[in-house]
Amino acid sequence: MLELKNISFEVTDENRQIEIIHDLNLTVENKKFVVITGPNGSGKSTLARIIAGIEKPTTGKIFLDGQDITEKNITQRAQLGISFAFQQPVRFKGIEVIDLLRLAAGRRLSFSEACDYLSEVGLCARDYINREINSSLSGGELKRIEIATITARKTKLSIFDEPEAGIDLWSFQNLTRIFENLRKNIRNSSVIIISHQERILSIADEIIVLESGEITRQGGAEKILPEIIGTNSAVRACEKLSQGA
Amino acid sequence: MFHMDEIQKRLLLEVAGLHEVPAGAFNFRANGKSIGRGNTANIEIVSKEDGSGIDIHVKPDTVNESVHIPVVMSASGLRETVYNDFFVGDNCDIVIVAGCGIDNCGRQDSEHDGVHRFFIGKNSKVKYVEKHFGSGSGEGKRILNPVTEVSLDEGSAMEMEMVQIKGVDSTNRKTVATLKENSRLNVRERLMTHGAQKATSIYHVSLDGKNSAADVVSRSVAKENSFQKLDLCIIGNAACHGHTECDSIIMDDGKILAVPSLEANHVDAMLVHEAAIGKIAGDQLIKLMTLGLTEQEAEEQIINGFLK
Repeated sequence: MLELKNISFEVTDENRQIEIIHDLNLTVENKKFVVITGPNGSGKSTLARIIAGIEKPTTGKIFLDGQDITEKNITQRAQLGISFAFQQPVRFKGIEVIDLLRLAAGRRLSFSEACDYLSEVGLCARDYINREINSSLSGGELKRIEIATITARKTKLSIFDEPEAGIDLWSFQNLTRIFENLRKNIRNSSVIIISHQERILSIADEIIVLESGEITRQGGAEKILPEIIGTNSAVRACEKLSQGA
Repeated sequence: MFHMDEIQKRLLLEVAGLHEVPAGAFNFRANGKSIGRGNTANIEIVSKEDGSGIDIHVKPDTVNESVHIPVVMSASGLRETVYNDFFVGDNCDIVIVAGCGIDNCGRQDSEHDGVHRFFIGKNSKVKYVEKHFGSGSGEGKRILNPVTEVSLDEGSAMEMEMVQIKGVDSTNRKTVATLKENSRLNVRERLMTHGAQKATSIYHVSLDGKNSAADVVSRSVAKENSFQKLDLCIIGNAACHGHTECDSIIMDDGKILAVPSLEANHVDAMLVHEAAIGKIAGDQLIKLMTLGLTEQEAEEQIINGFLK
């Protein structure tokens, strides 16, 4: 279980204090699939980065299963069971897909284990296992590899920062299927996804709407989704593709 | 195995990956002397008459054979210049493994300057692997100044892997190549310097024949107070393709000077160069830390991958 208590985050811009997150309280129970949405600039990605330890909150406390992790760094939080999928997956010259999966799993992986993680995200291990994670991979391929590294970690909390950002519509159709599977196999872990996409919002146990650094709506998908549909917090991938899907 | 002390055996393993006498032709040089040699029916190694090095003769049509010519130095204060000439006949397909390991625990400098000349016959393929390694805690410097000259005849191809990733205090590497019609040269250089080391690597590749092609890629890491100068030049004298890339990671107080250059003397010469120097991207470190690695472990993984 993740608890955020009175989290605020400020940055200084041209000698001006700007508050990105304002006194935010949030609890994510185990076995829950939570989607955070809201307009651009509402503080969603900042919140995800605060949970992963990449950003440090100005005030407030963070607890994971009752343990105060506010002062823990990125590595310590990762070791305690937090995974974070980047909005823009990072490229590495010379590091291959198998290397990254092994680092994620924290052990040597057999070809067939690596194949399991890659096939979950729709990639054939034979074609990808020895590919370098560089610009020869498309945005969609990088996103799927990023997701595979999170599933290989098998942690109690996984955070995905806008998995749909920067990928084409065709890849997006497949990506939503990956998250539907992730939802089915959640077991005792929990998942937080930052997303505007209606298809991802529709499978949430809980939707949280963030506006100007504050939670303005919170509840089950059946209640919240109709309230926000058609706003920029819940968008369809494409009308024509939705009809065909 | 010839008599070698433990340090020499360790150096041999580092530079040539050898635990024992390899299959194929070989010449082992330790502390300034040849200590073992083996020929095959197709490959003959002979000492130069003036004692300055060896000539390696590979008969035409020799395929799937290898030549190992490692050099190890474990005595402090040795300085030597060795000339090794490779004469590879037509239609061959061989692997050549060279390299030098210096262990210097003494006060005096140890220096090995190897001059390798390759004359590659028509339609032959050569893979050349050269590793340089230094160890030892003495004040004496470990110095390696390799010169490599390559002449590629029509239709031939050479792939060169040049690796120096540890312990060499000072190095001046110079590689000169001339390519005839339809020949190609692929170079992959990996260089890492640390401490107060200085490394210069110069490439001068002349594409003289029609449809000749060269791809020279250098990846380097300069740590601590080390200095590197990378000077990669391709000259197009015919309808040809040339590409050079020097890609460097700079750390601590390291300094890197990258000087890629192109010279086109023919209207159909197509030449490209790329050069990039930068520190390890913060996002790369963060990504690996979110997988549970410490910052230092993340840095090691990034450099290992980069220099792989």
